Amino acid sequence: MSVSTSVSFDVEAIRAEFPILGKPLPKGRPLVYLDNASTTQKPRCVVDKEREVQENYYANAYRGVYKFGAMVDDELESTREKIRKFIGAAEVEEIVYTSGTTMGINLVANGWGRKFLKPGDEILLTEMEHHANLVPWQFVAKATGAIVKLTPLTEDGRVDLGAFAELLSERTKIVAITGMSNVLGTMPPIEQITKQAHAIGAVVLVDGAQSVPHGATDVQSLGVDFLTFSGHKLYGPSGVGVLYGRRALLEDMDPFLCGGHMISQVFDDHSTWAEIPAKFEAGTLPITQAIGLGAAIDFVSEIGFDAIHAHEQALLEHATEQLNSIPGMKIYGPSPEHKGAICSMTIDGMHPEDMANLLDRKGVFVRHGHHCTMPLHSKLGLSATTRASFAIYNTMNEVDALIDAIHFARKRLRLTD
Amino acid sequence: MSEMTIEELIDEFQFLGDWEERCDYLIDMGFDLPEMPSSEKTEQTKVHGCQSNVWLITRVRTEDGRTTLDIIADSDAMIVKGLIAVLLTLYSGKSPAEILDIEPREVFRELGLDRHLSPARKNGLNGMVQRIRELAAQVAA
Repeated sequence: MSVSTSVSFDVEAIRAEFPILGKPLPKGRPLVYLDNASTTQKPRCVVDKEREVQENYYANAYRGVYKFGAMVDDELESTREKIRKFIGAAEVEEIVYTSGTTMGINLVANGWGRKFLKPGDEILLTEMEHHANLVPWQFVAKATGAIVKLTPLTEDGRVDLGAFAELLSERTKIVAITGMSNVLGTMPPIEQITKQAHAIGAVVLVDGAQSVPHGATDVQSLGVDFLTFSGHKLYGPSGVGVLYGRRALLEDMDPFLCGGHMISQVFDDHSTWAEIPAKFEAGTLPITQAIGLGAAIDFVSEIGFDAIHAHEQALLEHATEQLNSIPGMKIYGPSPEHKGAICSMTIDGMHPEDMANLLDRKGVFVRHGHHCTMPLHSKLGLSATTRASFAIYNTMNEVDALIDAIHFARKRLRLTD
Repeated sequence: MSEMTIEELIDEFQFLGDWEERCDYLIDMGFDLPEMPSSEKTEQTKVHGCQSNVWLITRVRTEDGRTTLDIIADSDAMIVKGLIAVLLTLYSGKSPAEILDIEPREVFRELGLDRHLSPARKNGLNGMVQRIRELAAQVAA
């Protein structure tokens, strides 16, 4: 196991940027925050940026010509450019602000799907999709007569690429797939999947909610047509997210939400749409949140994904090794070299709900439940798992605290070795 | 433990003070709860609205002209088993009319359950209460 990830990566210096991590819990216990796949904590620069906007030049976006309006517009547009660069998009107009990943997928499912899907067309997903990348497609399939198909997983929780190739046909119009499973940590080979999908004329949407915060994403080299992710899992504010779409696709598809800012002209009986990306940005944007997301992108870009990935993988390897030494432990998904820093687990004789509760007693915050992936959990024959998920600020000591807390929980539930 | 009244349980909880100690006490109550035979754990006896599995059955008992409800319940989660034990302390051996008279929210508040349970778990607990009250109402009718 390589602990020395990068000379420049100093986890204590990073932790110092997150005010919440330095505040002890009641009884003086240190906080061990391991629910990063749900949402991440915020560095000072993000909090400060949001405060800066609200205390100094807050105004609505793309509305007023007055000083503050112009300042907000400048911030939003420079953030849009940061996002473009961050994900390697060709043009800044391909970056749409949304409220988060869920809205991004719903936008494509409705704006693109309702316009282009015909009865008998197929929407190809996988068995490990988050409900946000399954339910909108079911909904649109019902409305259009299209069919949702799920690519099965291998025994160890990877995408069964053989089955994928078989399911892919000229009927497949869109492949919508997670960049990293929020339960298994699986990272599908997106570039390969995109090539295969494009070969038969399908478009590809990547749900990047989990993948974007943990590794470099380049939409052009991956060849993806749509990418959607959330600010709050990337150390940024909640309520803001991004949809990337190739220009031609965004121009061809319909708007999803209608209202202010997304129109060109409005007549009594019809309207015409604004150019992209405004066409998809109806209503008041999450103004401070979007600008705060720019600060978060600066923050992770400065650390760099090579260092982030190396650090998180080292945590994952250490956690996997330690967790596997616990009696009755089962970790779901591929081995660490094939996944991101997520461990979803069950322990014989311990209900995930009890486990999460007892870990909380030791200041270790983890999530339990079906993690919005009910079909995946039923494939695994489970109703729930407990999930520990890691981020840039987690430490080896925190992994050890997780292990100690699980030993405490086992003891408390009278489990014997 | 099964002999404990709800007033005694409230006293005990007040003595215990902080939630961690109460939670430990709940777990111990869960361990003392008799197990439900697995043949009784069916789709019909399952209580929906719970994050963990909960099964609940009631039996009407008539003795010396007095009708009471026997409640048998189980869960696969230990803290939930503890909550079931609380409900049994509250409802077991009571007549349907007595069950319908009980205001459980007040009891949960006194036990501190209203503040310390997650919304999901509160839903589950309310699901169980609702099931017991529905059955009591059926018998009382």
